[in-house]
Amino acid sequence: MNMVVEAGVIKQHLIDPEICIRCNTCEATCPIGAITHDDNNYVVRADVCNGCMACISPCPTGSIDNWRTVPMARAYSIEEQLTWEELPAELTTEQLAGEGVSPSAAEAVEAPATAATQSAATAEPGTVPFNSSAFGATMPPWSAAHAYTNLFSPKKATSATVVGNFNCTEAGFDSQTHHVVLDFGTMPFPVLEGQSIGIVPPGTDAMGRAHQPRQYSVASARNGERPGYNNLSLTVKRVTEDHVGNAVQGIASNYVCDLKVGDKVTVVGPFGSTFLMPNHPRSHIVMICTGTGSAPMRAMTEWRRRLRKSGKFEGGKLLLFFGARTQQELPYFGPLQSLPKDFIDINFAFSRTPNQPKRYVQDLMRERAADLVALLKDEQSHFFVCGLKSMEEGVVLALRDVAQEAGLDWETVGAGLKREGRLHLETY
Amino acid sequence: MSTVNYSEKIPNNVNLGEDRTLQRALEGWQPNFINWWDDVGPDGSTDHDVYLRTAVSVDPQGWAQFGHVKMRDYRWGIFLNPGDANREIHFGDHKGEKAWQDVPGEHRANLKRIIVTQGDTEPASVEQQRHLGLTAPSMYDLRNLYQINVEEGRHLWAMVYLLHKHFGRDGREEAEALLQRTSGDVDNPRILGAFNEKTPDWLAFFMFTYFTDRDGKFQLSALAESAFDPLARTTKFMLTEEAHHMFVGESGVSRVLSRTAAVMNELKTEDAGLIRAAGAIDLGTIQRYLNFHYSVTIDLFGADQSSNAAIFYSSGLKGRYEEGKRGDDHILKGQTYKILEVQNGQLQEKDVPMLNALNEVLRDDFIKDSVAGVGRWNKVLEKAGIPTRLVVPHKAFNRQIGALAGIKMSPLGVVVNEVEWAAKKNEWLPTPGDFAFVASLMGRVVDPGKFAGWIAPPVMGVNRQPVDFEYVRFN
Ligand SMILES: Cc1cc2nc3c(=O)[nH]c(=O)nc-3n(C[C@H](O)[C@H](O)[C@H](O)COP(=O)(O)OP(=O)(O)OC[C@H]3O[C@@H](n4cnc5c(N)ncnc54)[C@H](O)[C@@H]3O)c2cc1C
Ligand code: SF4
Ligand code: SF4
Repeated sequence: MNMVVEAGVIKQHLIDPEICIRCNTCEATCPIGAITHDDNNYVVRADVCNGCMACISPCPTGSIDNWRTVPMARAYSIEEQLTWEELPAELTTEQLAGEGVSPSAAEAVEAPATAATQSAATAEPGTVPFNSSAFGATMPPWSAAHAYTNLFSPKKATSATVVGNFNCTEAGFDSQTHHVVLDFGTMPFPVLEGQSIGIVPPGTDAMGRAHQPRQYSVASARNGERPGYNNLSLTVKRVTEDHVGNAVQGIASNYVCDLKVGDKVTVVGPFGSTFLMPNHPRSHIVMICTGTGSAPMRAMTEWRRRLRKSGKFEGGKLLLFFGARTQQELPYFGPLQSLPKDFIDINFAFSRTPNQPKRYVQDLMRERAADLVALLKDEQSHFFVCGLKSMEEGVVLALRDVAQEAGLDWETVGAGLKREGRLHLETY
Repeated sequence: MSTVNYSEKIPNNVNLGEDRTLQRALEGWQPNFINWWDDVGPDGSTDHDVYLRTAVSVDPQGWAQFGHVKMRDYRWGIFLNPGDANREIHFGDHKGEKAWQDVPGEHRANLKRIIVTQGDTEPASVEQQRHLGLTAPSMYDLRNLYQINVEEGRHLWAMVYLLHKHFGRDGREEAEALLQRTSGDVDNPRILGAFNEKTPDWLAFFMFTYFTDRDGKFQLSALAESAFDPLARTTKFMLTEEAHHMFVGESGVSRVLSRTAAVMNELKTEDAGLIRAAGAIDLGTIQRYLNFHYSVTIDLFGADQSSNAAIFYSSGLKGRYEEGKRGDDHILKGQTYKILEVQNGQLQEKDVPMLNALNEVLRDDFIKDSVAGVGRWNKVLEKAGIPTRLVVPHKAFNRQIGALAGIKMSPLGVVVNEVEWAAKKNEWLPTPGDFAFVASLMGRVVDPGKFAGWIAPPVMGVNRQPVDFEYVRFN
């Protein structure tokens, strides 16, 4: 989760024990409880931190803003970090290569903090490694509704009741993905399309501590999965193998997929104040996703569909690029098919259909270059990318290439998208 | 009549805009606060634009907003951490009952006293630090001093808010009095001893922010457990700001040590005279400053046995540090704690009822935390290959409060007689000569990126700005 770029490499979030004064501010700030401490050190859990950066500016020392490229399998454990007197050196390219990490993969993992401060406009293609996250916006679109965030923290969580849970991929296939509906009763839990919530799995981890929350994107529209009800839906994929393909049983995802109607779930959040849909009638939305990255896209599409049905919404294109390994693994395949063509323009890419060449979302985007160029030129267009971290770079590169081949200056276009909150990346 | 738009001018999450009574109370108090700031706040700083961190809300996005601001226009906000309507009292005789949103009549006097005492320390440190701006070793340090000053000011606001909101006319009078006492004033001094001491130079300032603001951390943490919910929520938010003050102290002393070590290595000497001649502060002087500030600060925790402490705890007003994380019964009746006393010229441990020893419990938590930080200072020396180590003096050294008050004791914890004390005192506590020497180094350096010769530059700038950033604009 922690800045995963390509199978196996992460930019691990670490605290510099030489500068940290053990003031507890970061632990008190982190919305998902990724930070913990003992008498000696403050440390970040690699498997929990999602790089939201909430802890960065409140830290009085700057010691919190440290990132190391490491192979996922060799991420520094909490136990190890607690004994540190100083930060370990960056692994050299040779050391990384020894762990099976290619130099380009290592370079592609940019810490989000540096990415945010780096001027995208000065990076010349070809001379500097392409850094997709540098183009991701830190502002919501101008017409986005105001989002509530962090209403419930792990120390003050709320609960919801499961009112629906079914497999929304074809039964019997890998990547089983569940559509789960949670009802909040009379508890306030306002969410917008594009936000996520945290689920706290019951029980404790191997160290006997309460589990950390896992984040899931909201898959329903702002007025509820069922309009007018205080409920929302999630799209949760069972994790049965880790990012490098080893068999594991994901704690939270399996817990959620196995929930029964009537069960109570502990919930924190909501999270996210930038990955939000534009609300003005002329806005176009380009959605690019893989797997459960479709959750926020479903939410946005559904809200637009409800608006259109009510006759309140005119114009504004919806363009969807959706990738999965096979059609059977694609969540919501059936319902998507039944949406009117004049409402949404859908493009599927399957990478593992037997006897078919592999196709990824970026291939589809290149095929639709002419339409994308028109949208890139239009200031009403908003781009949303969501799914596994490994897709991000390819997608942003495809956008860049599409722009450049049409004679647009990508540095200008990309910087504008970022500045105006029109390109949003949410990958995990 | 004031025409200030309070909800804009005073960022708050206490619905100030709609609380007419509170608004009126603050309207009365605020001009006096500004007068106080003009009179005894940071010397000669009125026109400076300072790169300050301002809190505009309590969520992570809102509470650390950076920008150049005149200190007088700083938006001293009123913030309470988000509450939990179902929060229960988790220690003392009321354990398990609902936390109080209002002040219960029977605890009114004690709560007011706690809040006034805490509130009194905040303007006091601004007063103590008043002249330091004129001798800052760098623009970076100057900015940090000012940041601390405005946050002390905000903490004063936090306590004044509680007094105005929950204590009626008495509260308003106490809030006034907070601006009338003055640190070190013979007639109307601040309530606690350490807050009437001078902070004459920047080494003293760093020691103060390291040790004395850490006292603040522990007191605030204990109050953050309080059954009186508004106090608990206010102090929780204050803690996040207190962290910056401790950082200034910890990194300040580290940088002094780092510079001293560099000079020692350059000159290949341990001779205090040579090191001083080269414009750095010798380790002996640093150790004596440490001894002084440490001993004065641990007195702030109060007498080692105190029936007030027992009452505050049992009635739920003030908990222990990290009360919620402790595994005992949180009532503490029938339990004991070891405190020190002198019997026949020897230090001895004695068991006393835990409830009466809660000041000592908090003091011991503080000691553990500050000793760990001194260990981090020693790493600086260790890395530079200097064999000397700083040590924290014995808990009974130079105490003025509690059973150990007035006992003559070496920093290592050996009871000594008057003659020995007189002979050794100058090795243990800063001498007039030490103060004079440190004062002689205090010249003002405020060009961006330049640092006085007795202190090393910081490892990194504020809010990821470069070290030579223009943190203060002198207009
Ligand atoms: C902003 C955000 C939104 C998210 N939205 C969704 C969503 O809508 N739907 C959804 O299903 N997930 C989503 N996730 C991912 C989700 O939070 C969890 O990471 C995922 O469900 C795995 O949790 P787990 O407890 O089952 O696995 P864990 O027990 O935490 O991990 C088990 C192993 O699996 C690896 N692993 C973790 N996540 C994945 C993964 N996604 N693929 C492969 N290996 C993994 C871990 O590194 C570990 O080795 C989102 C994450 C973020 C940060
Ligand atoms: S970056 Fe976000 S998730 Fe990670 S430790 Fe900081 S606050 Fe927590
Ligand atoms: S906020 Fe910064 S200084 Fe404080 S404990 Fe966390 S990392 Fe350390």
